[in-house]
Amino acid sequence: MSDEQHKRDYLDVTGGWLHKLRDWIDVRFPMTKFWNEQVAQYYAPKNFNFWYFFGSIALLILVNQIVTGIFLAMNYKPAADAAFASVEYIMRDVNWGWLIRYMHSVGASLFFIVVYLHMFRGVMYGSYKKPRELLWIFGMLIYLALMAEAFMGYLLPWGQMSYWGANVIISLFGAIPGIGNGLEQWIRGDFYISDITLNRFFALHVVAVPLVLMGLVVFHLVALHEVGSNNPDGVEIKKHKGPDGIPLDGIPFHPYYTIKDVCGVILFVAIFAAIIFFSPGLHGLFLEPANFEPANALKTPPDIHPLWYFGSYYAILRSIPNKGLGALVLLLSIVILFVLPWIDRNPVKSMRYRGPLYRMLLMLFALTFVVLGYIGMQPATAWWAEIGQRISELYFLFFVISWIYSKPRSTIFMVSGFAAVMLIISGLDAISWVTGAAALKMYSWLIPLVYCLIFLLLPAFFPKLIEPKPVPERVTFK
Amino acid sequence: MKLIVCAFLLALLPGFAHAQDEGVRLQSANVDLGNTASLQRGAKYFVNYCMGCHSAQYVRYNSVAKDLGLNDAQLESYLIFTGGKVTDTMVSAMSPSDAQKWFGIAPPDLSLESRSRGADWIYTYLKSFYLDPKSATGVNNAVYPHTAMPDILWELQGTQKAVFSTVKNPDGSTFQVFDHLEPVTPGKLTPRQYDKAVHDITSFLVYMGNPVMLESRDLGLRVIGFLIVFFILAYLLKREIWKKIH
Repeated sequence: MSDEQHKRDYLDVTGGWLHKLRDWIDVRFPMTKFWNEQVAQYYAPKNFNFWYFFGSIALLILVNQIVTGIFLAMNYKPAADAAFASVEYIMRDVNWGWLIRYMHSVGASLFFIVVYLHMFRGVMYGSYKKPRELLWIFGMLIYLALMAEAFMGYLLPWGQMSYWGANVIISLFGAIPGIGNGLEQWIRGDFYISDITLNRFFALHVVAVPLVLMGLVVFHLVALHEVGSNNPDGVEIKKHKGPDGIPLDGIPFHPYYTIKDVCGVILFVAIFAAIIFFSPGLHGLFLEPANFEPANALKTPPDIHPLWYFGSYYAILRSIPNKGLGALVLLLSIVILFVLPWIDRNPVKSMRYRGPLYRMLLMLFALTFVVLGYIGMQPATAWWAEIGQRISELYFLFFVISWIYSKPRSTIFMVSGFAAVMLIISGLDAISWVTGAAALKMYSWLIPLVYCLIFLLLPAFFPKLIEPKPVPERVTFK
Repeated sequence: MKLIVCAFLLALLPGFAHAQDEGVRLQSANVDLGNTASLQRGAKYFVNYCMGCHSAQYVRYNSVAKDLGLNDAQLESYLIFTGGKVTDTMVSAMSPSDAQKWFGIAPPDLSLESRSRGADWIYTYLKSFYLDPKSATGVNNAVYPHTAMPDILWELQGTQKAVFSTVKNPDGSTFQVFDHLEPVTPGKLTPRQYDKAVHDITSFLVYMGNPVMLESRDLGLRVIGFLIVFFILAYLLKREIWKKIH
C-alpha cells in the first residue's frame, strides 16, 4: 500500500472531518504548506551521524528552560532579602518545586555541554564554510545570548558564588578605559551589587534575553533551511538532484530524522534524569557548595570562580596579569570564533578529507578548551596562571594554524611561520619576565614549542601531512 | 568518535570535584540516608544539642516527621521544645542579636550546612575540638581554627588536647603544625559510641540539606526504567522506518 493510499484510508476512518478541518485551515493559514516545506519535504542528507543529535537536543533544552523557568518565576522573589529563602521555599515547600528547580539548574549546565558539542560538530565538518557563514554567526550570537542568560540567571539564587562571581564578571567592564567605572555602575544600578542589580537581572533573565534568544533561534533555523544541512562528508547534496528536483542523497526530515531524534532525545533525557535524581549538584560542578550560603557583601569567599561553562574564558582572563589586557584577550577569544569562516578558508569542509595533522589540530583544540575549563576552576596560583597562559597560547594558535592550512604553503612559508610564531611567543615571555619564576617560564615554553614543531615545522618538510584527500562526489553511507 | 565524546564527557564530569584544602585530613562520614533510625537519632541530637543556638529555618518540623516516619504526637513530645506548632520551621529560641552579643557572631543556619561544607567536613569538625586556654570558649578546633563555637558535645565526647609537631624552615627557624588529637578526660560515651552519635548528626544534616534525596533515587530509577523501555520501542520504530534507506 502506498503512503498516499494509507493516508487517505486513515482520513476516511476519521469520517473525513479531520481532512475537512485541515482544508479549512489551509485556506486561511499555510499550515500544511509550512509543515511540508519545513519538515515533511525538507530534505536532509541521509548520512547524519551521532553528532547531529545535538541541534534538536539543544532546542529541547531551550523549551525545558523556558517551561521550568515560568514555574520557578511563580514562586521566586527577586529581592535581596527574600531571594535565597524563596529558592529554598521552592525546594522544600512547593509541590514538585525541587524537580522543577533541578531541571532548570541541571538543564543550564547541560545546555552548555550540548551547545559545545553542537559547535564542535560544526567545526569538525566545516559547517561554517560557504554558504553557511551566516548560519554560523547566528549560532555564535545564540551562544553569546546564552552566556548572558546564564550569567544573569546565576545571580538569582543570591548565594555567595552568585554574588561574588557576578562581581568579578561585572568588574570586567570596568577594565574599559575611560567609561569603565561608569559602565560598571550603570550595569549594577548601584555602587555595589545590590537589590537593584538583582531586580534588573531578573527582568533581563526572564524577559529580555529569552526573547532575543528565541528570535535568534528562529533566524538560525531559517538560515539552516535556506542553505540546507551540511553533513559529515561536507559535500553539498543539492548538487545531485533527481529528475523530480529532490536531492539524491536527501531524505525527508519527517519521518526519518524526527524518529531518529526521538531516540537521541530519549537517551539524553535518561542522562539528564540520572543527574537530576541522583546527583543534582554533580559534586559541586553544577551547583557550587559556596552557593548554599546566602550572599554576603562583607565576606569574600577564599576562591571565586564562575560556573564551569565559563571556566575556559576565566582561565584565559586570569592567565594575563594585566586586567585590562586580560579582558581584551578574553573578548578576542570569543570574537575570533565569529570570524572562523574567514580564517579557515580551506575549500575542503569535512575533517574526514583533510590531512591527518589538521585532524590532530582539531582534537587538540577541543582538548585545549577542556583543559582551560579545568584550569578556570583551580585556585589562582602562579603555577596554574603560567600553565593557563601556555594553554591560552595554544587556543589562539589553533586559529593561526587553521589559517595557514587554508591552502598549500611553501616550505619557506611554513618555516618562517614557525619562526614568527615562536618569536612572538618568546617576545611575550620577555615582556612578562619575572626573575623569580624564570624556571617555570622556561619549562612551560616547551609547550608552544612542541606544538609549533608538530603543526608548523613538520608539515614544512612533509606537506603530505596537511594535504587534503579527494572528496567524494556523493555522501558516503554505511 | 562516539568513544571520544563519551571519554570527554566522563573526564569532564568528576574532574572538577570540589576539593577542600584544609590543614586536617577529613574523615569519611559514610552517610546512608536509607538508615531511618540513624536519621531519627540525628534529629534527636540536633534538637537537643544544636538547636540551642542554631536554626534550620528552611526546614519544617512536620516534613521532618513525615520523612523520618514520626507522627505528630511523637514530633511534639520528642522534637519540638520551643513551644511551636508542627507546621513551624525549625527556628532556635536564641535570637541572632543575642547570639551576636554573646559569641561575636550569629551561629549560621544549618539547613544547608551539609551542602556548603560537605558531610565529611561536619563529621570531622564535630570530632576535632581540643582544649585551648587562649580561646574565649576554652576550646579550639583543628578543622576550623578559631571557631567561635563552644565544644557543645564535650560531655558526650570528653575533652581532647592537640599535639603539634615542630617543622623546620630552610633557614633554621621552626614553626608548629597540628599533628593529631589525644583524649584528656573521658566523656559519657565511648569513642566508638561518640563516632556513631556524630555520624547520626551528620546524617541528619545531610538529610536536611537535600530532603528530596530520600525519594528522588527511587523516582529516578522508575523514570530511567521507563525511558529504557521507551527507547527500545522508539529504536525499533526507527529501524523499521529507516529500512528503505541505503
